[in-house]
Amino acid sequence: MTTAADDLILGLIRIVDLPGLTAAAGQPLAAEDIEAVVREADRFAREAIAPGWQTADRAGARLENGLVRAPEHYLPLYGQWVEGGWQGLAAPEAHGGQGLPHALWSAVLELCSAADMSFTLCPLLTAGAVELLAHHATPDQAERWLPELVAGRWTGTMCLTEPQAGSDLSRLRARAEPAPDGSWRLFGQKIFISWGEHDLTENTLHLVLARLPGAEAGSRGISLFAAPRLLPDGRRNAVSCGGLEHKMGIHGSPTCIMLFDGAEAELIGAPHRGLQAMFAMMNAARLAVGVQGVGQGARALAMAETFAATREQGGKTIDQYPDVARMLAEMRATTLAGRLLALEAAASLDRARLLKSPEAEARLALLTPIVKAWCTDRGVEAASLGVQVHGGMGFCEDAGAAQILRDARIAPIYEGTNGIQALDLVTRKLPRDGGALLRTLLAEAVLVAPAIGQAAATVEQAIPAMLGAGGPVGASRFLDACGWVLGAAMVARAAAADPAHAATRDIFLRRLLPRAIAAAEEAMAG
Amino acid sequence: MKLLVPVKRVVDYNVKVRVKSDGSGVETANVKMSMNPFDEIAVEEAVRLKEKGIATEIIAVSIGPAACAEQIRTALAMGADRGILVEQDGVVEPLTVAKLLKAIIAKESPGLVIMGKQAIDDDMNATGQMLAALMGWSQGTFASKLTIEGDRATVIREIDGGLETVSLSLPAIITADLRLNEPRYASLPNIMKARKKPIETLKPADLGVDPTPRLTVLKVEEPPKRQAGRKVASVAELVDKLRNEAKVI
Ligand SMILES: Cc1cc2nc3c(=O)[nH]c(=O)nc-3n(C[C@H](O)[C@H](O)[C@H](O)COP(=O)(O)OP(=O)(O)OC[C@H]3O[C@@H](n4cnc5c(N)ncnc54)[C@H](O)[C@@H]3O)c2cc1C
Repeated sequence: MTTAADDLILGLIRIVDLPGLTAAAGQPLAAEDIEAVVREADRFAREAIAPGWQTADRAGARLENGLVRAPEHYLPLYGQWVEGGWQGLAAPEAHGGQGLPHALWSAVLELCSAADMSFTLCPLLTAGAVELLAHHATPDQAERWLPELVAGRWTGTMCLTEPQAGSDLSRLRARAEPAPDGSWRLFGQKIFISWGEHDLTENTLHLVLARLPGAEAGSRGISLFAAPRLLPDGRRNAVSCGGLEHKMGIHGSPTCIMLFDGAEAELIGAPHRGLQAMFAMMNAARLAVGVQGVGQGARALAMAETFAATREQGGKTIDQYPDVARMLAEMRATTLAGRLLALEAAASLDRARLLKSPEAEARLALLTPIVKAWCTDRGVEAASLGVQVHGGMGFCEDAGAAQILRDARIAPIYEGTNGIQALDLVTRKLPRDGGALLRTLLAEAVLVAPAIGQAAATVEQAIPAMLGAGGPVGASRFLDACGWVLGAAMVARAAAADPAHAATRDIFLRRLLPRAIAAAEEAMAG
Repeated sequence: MKLLVPVKRVVDYNVKVRVKSDGSGVETANVKMSMNPFDEIAVEEAVRLKEKGIATEIIAVSIGPAACAEQIRTALAMGADRGILVEQDGVVEPLTVAKLLKAIIAKESPGLVIMGKQAIDDDMNATGQMLAALMGWSQGTFASKLTIEGDRATVIREIDGGLETVSLSLPAIITADLRLNEPRYASLPNIMKARKKPIETLKPADLGVDPTPRLTVLKVEEPPKRQAGRKVASVAELVDKLRNEAKVI
C-alpha cells in the first residue's frame, strides 16, 4: 500500500512532470530534490504536527481579556514551522522565499492539513497573503511586509465576510476614511475571520475589503487595504477581536469577529479594484481548500485502514468483508483522484507562471472551482465513510474519526461555498470559450482511458444546457460530474505510471465513474 | 577539527520487516529506506559541535548501493558539509565497513568519528568498536552525553548498571545512544542548499579494501509467533497450570 507521500511524489515527478516543467523554465528541480522535500515535510507533519491534533480540538482557541490564545502546543509547533522555513516554499526568492513550484507547496499543504487542519489553516492564509502582495503591493509595501510574511514571523488574514455580506460581497459595508497623512482609517465589522487574532506571532497583517468615501454601490466600489495588528512604532492598531465562534470543527483555529475602529491602513492596488486584487488570494486559497479536503480524506483513509486491519468480527478482521473493503476502496480512489487533480491544477499555475502559457492559465481557471468543490465534497464523504468503518467507535470522539468529519465539513463552505464554485464554473468559466477547453479536457480523459468515453460524452452533452437557462439549476451536479470524469483520468494516469494503482483505477472506472453520468443527467434534468 | 559521520541506509523504522520467501535475508525491494535512526543522532551531535564552533567541517560517509546518496543528502540537509559514498552492492559486513572507514580516516584525518551505536537492520553493534580497534583509538560507546574540551572528550555512557563517565583522548570514536540528543528536522532552505554540496563517489578498491563477505548467512527466518494467552478461572488453576503445564514453579 502506498502512502500519501509516495503518491504525491509519484504525482509530482511522473504525472504532472515537475522536473520537465521546471527544466523547460530554466529552473530545474530534480526528482530527488522533489522527493527529499516531500519526505521531510511528511516527517514533520507526522511527527511534529499530528500528535497534538486531538488536544487542539479539545482545548480549542480561547478568548481571554480581548486576546486570543491558540491551543497551547501550537506556539512551539509554530516556532518549528518557521524554523523549518516551510512558509516560504513557493514565495519569491526576492523576498526571502525559496521560489519553488506551487505544485510542491500543494503537496506539503496536503500532508500538513492531514496532520492538523486547524493549525495548517494559519500558514495557508499567510501564503495567500504573500501571493496577493507579491502581485499587488507597491515595491515599498512589499519590502516592508513580504519578508516578515514569507518567513512566517507575521501571519496574514483575509477579512472579507460581514454579517450581511457572505457569498455576496457586493453588499459589504466596511468603510475607509482618509487620514491627513495620506493613509486610511478603517471602520466596520468583519465576521468569521480565521486566525484573525492569536498569540503565535507578534504581528498580523489584515487584508481587508472596504469602501472608499463616495464609492459606488456593489462590487465595483470595493477597495483593498492592509492593516497591521501592531503599527511600526509598536502601538496596537485599532483592530480587535470582538468574539470567537463556537464551531462544529476546526476548534484549534480561532474564527474571529474583527472590529475595525479607525484602524490605520494602507490602500493596496488601485482604488475600487479591491475585489480583483483579492481574487489573487482567493484563487490560491480555493486551491488550498480543495487540498484540505484531500488531506482530510487521506487522514480518514489512513485511520480506517489501520482500524479495519485489526478489528475482528465473525472470526476475521473486518477489512476482509466485501462491504468494508468497498468503503476503503472508495476512500482510496477518491482521495487519490483528488490529490492528483489538485496537483494538476497547481502545476497549471506553475506552467502559466514559469512558461507564460495562456493555455495553462485557462486550465487553472477552469480547474480551480472543480478542485475546490469536488475535492472538499469527497473529503467529507471519505470522512463519513471513515466513521462508518469504525462502527460505534467512529461516533465516539476518542477514535478521532469523528473529528475528521467535523473538521472536513467546513471546507465545502468557506472560500466561496461549493454552490458558488459551481456557479463560477458554469456562468463564468464555461462561457469564456463556449465550453471549448472543457471539451478538450474531456477528450484528453478519454484518450487516457477509453472506458471514460461514455461518462465524458454525457458530461459533454450537458454543456449546452449549462450555458443556457439550465446553468444555475444544474451547476452543482454538473461540477460534480466534471470532477468524477477528470478524477478518473488522473487515477488512470497514476496506474499507467505505477501498476500499484491498477486496482484503484479499475475500481474507479467500474464502480465510481457511473456517478459522473448520473450527476450529468441530473444537471440536465433541470 | 573535522568530524566524520558514517550514515547507513536501512529499512525505515516504520516498516514491518518481512523475510524473503527464499529465507536468504529480509525484503528490501520496494520498501521505504531511511537513515539509521542512531546515525541521525550522530549527525545531529556533529552539527551541534559545529554550531558551538568546536568542529569546522562535517563529512558524511555512506557505504552501500548508489541509492545511499539519499541518506548522505539527508545528512547534508541536517548540516553536514560534504559527503563520501563508497559504492558497493550486496552485503557489507561490519569489518569491511570498519576497514573502509579506516582508509577514509587516513585520507581525511578527522579529529573525531561519531557514529550510531548500531544499525536497526541487523543490530550488530560492532562497527564502532572494530574501527576503534583498527585505528588504535579510544572509544566512547553508547554515548548519552558528549563534551569536548581541548584534546579530550568526556562521554557519559549508558551501561547496564546505570551511567558511566569516561574521559578519552582525541582522536576517538564515539557511538551514539538514543538519549544523546533529539535530531532536528531538516529545514527547507537547508534541503535546497544540500543539493549543491559535493558528494565524492569511491569504490572499495579505490580505498584498497576487499569487500568480499567472510561470513555466510545460512538462513533468515521470522521469530516464532507468540502464542495466545489464556484466561484462568481461579488462583488455584493458575498455580496448577504454572506447575504442571508451564513447569516454571
Ligand atoms: C470556520 C469559518 C472560517 C471562515 N474564515 C473566513 C475568513 O478567514 N475570512 C473571510 O472573509 N470569511 C471567512 N469565512 C466566511 C465564509 O467564507 C462564508 O461563511 C462563506 O463564504 C458563505 O457565506 P455565508 O456564511 O454568508 O453564507 P450565505 O452566503 O448566506 O450562503 C448560505 C447558502 O446560500 C447559498 N447561496 C448564497 N448565495 C448564492 C447564490 N448567489 N447562488 C446560489 N447559492 C447561493 C450558499 O451556497 C449557501 O449554501 C469563514 C467561515 C467559517 C464558518
